[in-house]
Amino acid sequence: MNTLALLGRSAPKRVLPGFGLSLGITLLFVSLVLLLPLTSLVGQLAGVSLAEYWAIISEPRVVASYLVTIGAAAAASMVNALFGLLMAWVLVRYEFPGKRLLDALMDLPFALPTAVAGITLATLYSSSGWMGRLLAPLGIEVAYTWVGIALAMAFTSIPFVVRTVQPVLEDLPHEIDEAALTLGASDATAFRRVILPNLWPALVTGTGLAFVRSLGEFGAVIFIAGNMPYETEITSLMIFVKLQEYDYVGASAIASVVLAVSLALLLALNLWQGRFIRRLHGGKG
Amino acid sequence: MQRIGDAPRIRRLLIGLALVLAALFLLLPLVAIFAQAFAEGVAMFWANLSDEYTLAAIGLTLFVTLLTIPVNLVFGVFLAWLVTRFSFPGRRLLQTLIDIPFAVSPVVAGLVYLLLYGRNGWVGGWLDSHDIQIMFAWPGIVLVTIFVTCPFVARELIPLMQAQGAREEEAAVTLGASGWTVFRRVTLPNIKWALLYGVILTNARAVGEFGAVSVVSGSIRGETNTLPLHVELLYQDYNTVGAFTAAALLALIALLTLAAKALLEWRATRRETAA
Repeated sequence: MNTLALLGRSAPKRVLPGFGLSLGITLLFVSLVLLLPLTSLVGQLAGVSLAEYWAIISEPRVVASYLVTIGAAAAASMVNALFGLLMAWVLVRYEFPGKRLLDALMDLPFALPTAVAGITLATLYSSSGWMGRLLAPLGIEVAYTWVGIALAMAFTSIPFVVRTVQPVLEDLPHEIDEAALTLGASDATAFRRVILPNLWPALVTGTGLAFVRSLGEFGAVIFIAGNMPYETEITSLMIFVKLQEYDYVGASAIASVVLAVSLALLLALNLWQGRFIRRLHGGKG
Repeated sequence: MQRIGDAPRIRRLLIGLALVLAALFLLLPLVAIFAQAFAEGVAMFWANLSDEYTLAAIGLTLFVTLLTIPVNLVFGVFLAWLVTRFSFPGRRLLQTLIDIPFAVSPVVAGLVYLLLYGRNGWVGGWLDSHDIQIMFAWPGIVLVTIFVTCPFVARELIPLMQAQGAREEEAAVTLGASGWTVFRRVTLPNIKWALLYGVILTNARAVGEFGAVSVVSGSIRGETNTLPLHVELLYQDYNTVGAFTAAALLALIALLTLAAKALLEWRATRRETAA
């Protein structure tokens, strides 16, 4: 170990100023803005017995909303995995007119307010809309069905897979391609056996993020969902409905389920990613 | 040199597929917004836009955004400085914590603020007895907007500052510069574009937040109705053209955000190739 590193580790005094100030401001902000509000959920539920809590979160209409939300979010993120992989591949590997525009367009769902996306999709896919009119003769109904919910979720989470896979694909060395092809692999085999294993972690992370986002999506979904109890109600809407009935305990109980699931997923993704990076860099991460 | 998928047939197929799908799922909705907004002509568009309640909604949205940006800017810079320039226990935890708003459903975010600051809440009860109303008024909207947008600036700054390292700043300090001078003369010039992009993202999300704001706003026309909530109100009143007029305004902000991003990225790559 060189002396500099040794000095750096043993010197207790920090060279750069502002540690105390930035720690103070950050901790104050994190506690007041992020953590304190979350504790209010605990406070609200503290007086509720376990049996009552279970009764609220296992009410048939609420359980139906979990199934609708998870099913649509899973479908949306699977579609996005394929769509995102295609877009990332095309944007990184090929040159063609309109490429920059396509690249910029990928971020549209993040920049566009969800309510705007919601009314636009609902209008496009309603029976009189541009897309709805085309699909109706084929017997495909999108608006006010489960498919519409998945479509809205897929739209709002498009950038996740594209933007996580794109940089990894860019960093893949050219030699990989050459080696696979000169050894006689077909394009499909080379992609499956050589490229895909390298993209796998980014693809899973991107798809996971898209799934978490889809679970919580509200603005884009409620306009196209139709919001029929037991059929096209998402869990976020159930919370909203309980609130409008001034049932704060009910809303909090359902919210605690949603919150626990999304935080657990976020943590799992972070840990998984961290483990992968460590494995890749031999211990550092 | 040979590369996977370089055969003209595969190339054309994949590019074609990507363009068709992007046109169908991204471009078409964008076109539809403006087509609907101008469905009854330009005069009607202006009439809808200058509606008293639409103007009030625009004003409130601007006001909320102008309050949110500086708060998150300051927080983002301090957080990025803290986690990239110092090493301390809990550093990784802190970085995970600031991602919470990305994982939390907007409706849940609105709910926890409502519970805290509502009349029956821990803080809200005390505020209520002092005649301070936060929920169903603009302060509540500002608070939830700060919550949902607080990761953006920090998330843009942290990877950049980590990559740049602290050597330049350490040199400046060793030469006797004060903390503020180091930040202003060394750090800021290095991070200004990332900072700007963080602000642009914060702005886009603050202007467009719907779920969290709809829980805490009460949607009183002309008072606590932000532009996205106004879009919903008009849409539910079956005033489709009016709803899409307000939506077009929000879509325009989204397009400007995308343009700004493309411009900043183009600048960065140009400088990389020049260097």
